[in-house]
Amino acid sequence: MSTETVIAFIEQRENEIKKASLEALSVCVKLADKSNKKSIAVLVGGTFDSYDKISATGVRKIIHVTSPELNLYSASAYAEIFANICKEETATLVFFANTLLGKDLAPRISVRLEAGIGMDCVDLTSEGQEFIATRPIFAGKALQQFQVLTKIKIFSLRPNVFPVVTPGSSPDLETVRKDSANNNLAIKVSELKKASGKMDVSEADIIVSGGRGMKGPEHFPLIETLADTLGAAVGASRAVVDAGWRPHGEQVGQTGKTVSPTLYFACGISGAIQHLAGMSSSKFIVAINKDKDAPIFSVADYGIVGDLFEILPLLTEEIKRVKS
Amino acid sequence: MNIGVCISHVPDTASKIKLSEDHSGIDYTGVPFIINPYDEFAMEEALKTKEKSGGTTYALSLGKDTVKESLRKALATGIDEAVHIKTELELDSFSVAKNLAEEIKALNLELLFLGKQSVDFDSGSVGQMLSELLGMNCITNCVSLEINGTEIKAEREIEGGREVVVTALPAIITAQKGLNEPRYASLKGIMAAKKKTIAEKEAVFTDSRINVLKYLSPQGKSSGKILGSDAGGVKELVRLLKEEAKVL
Ligand SMILES: Cc1cc2nc3c(=O)[nH]c(=O)nc-3n(C[C@H](O)[C@H](O)[C@H](O)COP(=O)(O)OP(=O)(O)OC[C@H]3O[C@@H](n4cnc5c(N)ncnc54)[C@H](O)[C@@H]3O)c2cc1C
Ligand SMILES: Nc1ncnc2c1ncn2[C@@H]1O[C@H](COP(=O)(O)O)[C@@H](O)[C@H]1O
Repeated sequence: MSTETVIAFIEQRENEIKKASLEALSVCVKLADKSNKKSIAVLVGGTFDSYDKISATGVRKIIHVTSPELNLYSASAYAEIFANICKEETATLVFFANTLLGKDLAPRISVRLEAGIGMDCVDLTSEGQEFIATRPIFAGKALQQFQVLTKIKIFSLRPNVFPVVTPGSSPDLETVRKDSANNNLAIKVSELKKASGKMDVSEADIIVSGGRGMKGPEHFPLIETLADTLGAAVGASRAVVDAGWRPHGEQVGQTGKTVSPTLYFACGISGAIQHLAGMSSSKFIVAINKDKDAPIFSVADYGIVGDLFEILPLLTEEIKRVKS
Repeated sequence: MNIGVCISHVPDTASKIKLSEDHSGIDYTGVPFIINPYDEFAMEEALKTKEKSGGTTYALSLGKDTVKESLRKALATGIDEAVHIKTELELDSFSVAKNLAEEIKALNLELLFLGKQSVDFDSGSVGQMLSELLGMNCITNCVSLEINGTEIKAEREIEGGREVVVTALPAIITAQKGLNEPRYASLKGIMAAKKKTIAEKEAVFTDSRINVLKYLSPQGKSSGKILGSDAGGVKELVRLLKEEAKVL
């Protein structure tokens, strides 16, 4: 086996391993096995009794760097620790999940490793040492296919695109846990403020979004009830965010969040190009709009032309019935 | 304090993106360009910071001659000085950062504002790369910012909440929507900006670490099913989601 390795950065927040990291790790393991290199998962911060979720991907080595100072993200400390591990382990291929943490950290690592980097990749194919990656540009209005030219290559993978693969723990799994002292805390998260128990559109498998057709913030409970029934997150068009009906964090689109859930409901949203840019890569799209010519229908898999004030309550009832 | 804002000149978000016939590039014919929307927030924060703590504000943009339109707009909005780093090439984020870093050193900038991402190639990388190249502390995706002396406290938006982040000058802040409400250029500003000169530099780093093979259009969807708008249509929708799409 080559001494070169393939490494995935594993993100934890409050001791929860991010699913998107396991997706990136699954790609890491696959490509490492294919090229006969060792796959390594690197986890920074958190206190874990077991690494079941990580080892289930068949990864060969887990490195967990711990310190109470590292439980919350510190860009400076994480960058230093992770770049050093990549160097010590002679990584030639490094993966991140393109989460808010991954987006922040990956470009820093690329400078430290003198590595070319592709952010937000949605496809990656390999031929021997060559990799061809694809990433959406212009918020999905086009795609770019590219190669990374440097010896070390970094890819940050869009969440919810690559599957988590769990063949089971590798028989020769090696686990290393090390305490980290003298961390560089020049940039440090001092506090985590959670939005009151709500699911975020960027992590949700199902999103129910409302637009100006909702007529006012007082009608959004119709959206929220449907979302609760489905275990979905609530999203919004920019028109309703700018009007102050909904918080910024819910905006989907070119200047909001780019999402690719399994199922996306657009209710009273016309489907302006900037909105479509942020959500048209969803696996299934349902549009509810009273205007049969609304552009949202051009990307919808299923559509209902009608009044959402009548349709949403019926839909919630029907889903409840089917689910029970 | 010398404050910088990095401005990317991008196609208007309402424009359709057309590929060149051989798919080797993007056909920008007839496409209107604007200041990258996130850089508007960055610029507003630079102006607000100057109003509070004094100093000189600089706008930097790298690209073809047309980026001057955005620099001119920045001057009209109240930015003091503008620098155009000239290149005809489509550079990767790293080369963009390397070129910007040279100029940032030359101007002795202590605080930099960027957008969280440029809405053309959507990399969201230049700020963090500058931070490594220049040894400045960088906080990305900021929706609030307080500067006290050399101490910085910012909130960055993350999945399902915010992180309160503390650091110190010299620093780089990348702006997310919500950071502020950008102002408009005044008529007086627009007139004054016409008389100002934009400094010009040549880009020196032109190596790319990425080789673009081709551009593709996203696969369109075959047209969807339109269902009735009554209880029957709703029942059918739920059935299809369950049995055809298998997502419920
Ligand atoms: C720089 C820039 C960036 C932008 N970024 C974004 C972005 O990130 N995200 C985004 O969403 N937008 C963005 N926009 C705005 C975008 O152009 C549209 O203005 C916006 O998406 C419209 O929101 P909407 O669909 O809710 O409203 P509208 O376009 O007003 O549509 C409302 C829809 O509701 C329907 N309707 C009304 N009543 C009912 C009813 N009773 N039942 C059923 N349907 C009904 C109508 O038929 C209509 O189609 C951006 C614009 C600019 C200039
Ligand atoms: N060509 C450029 N000239 C000046 N600033 C740029 C340029 N490209 C990117 N930036 C800055 O870097 C930010 C992030 O861009 P990107 O990493 O390309 O998504 C933008 O919001 C700008 O502030």
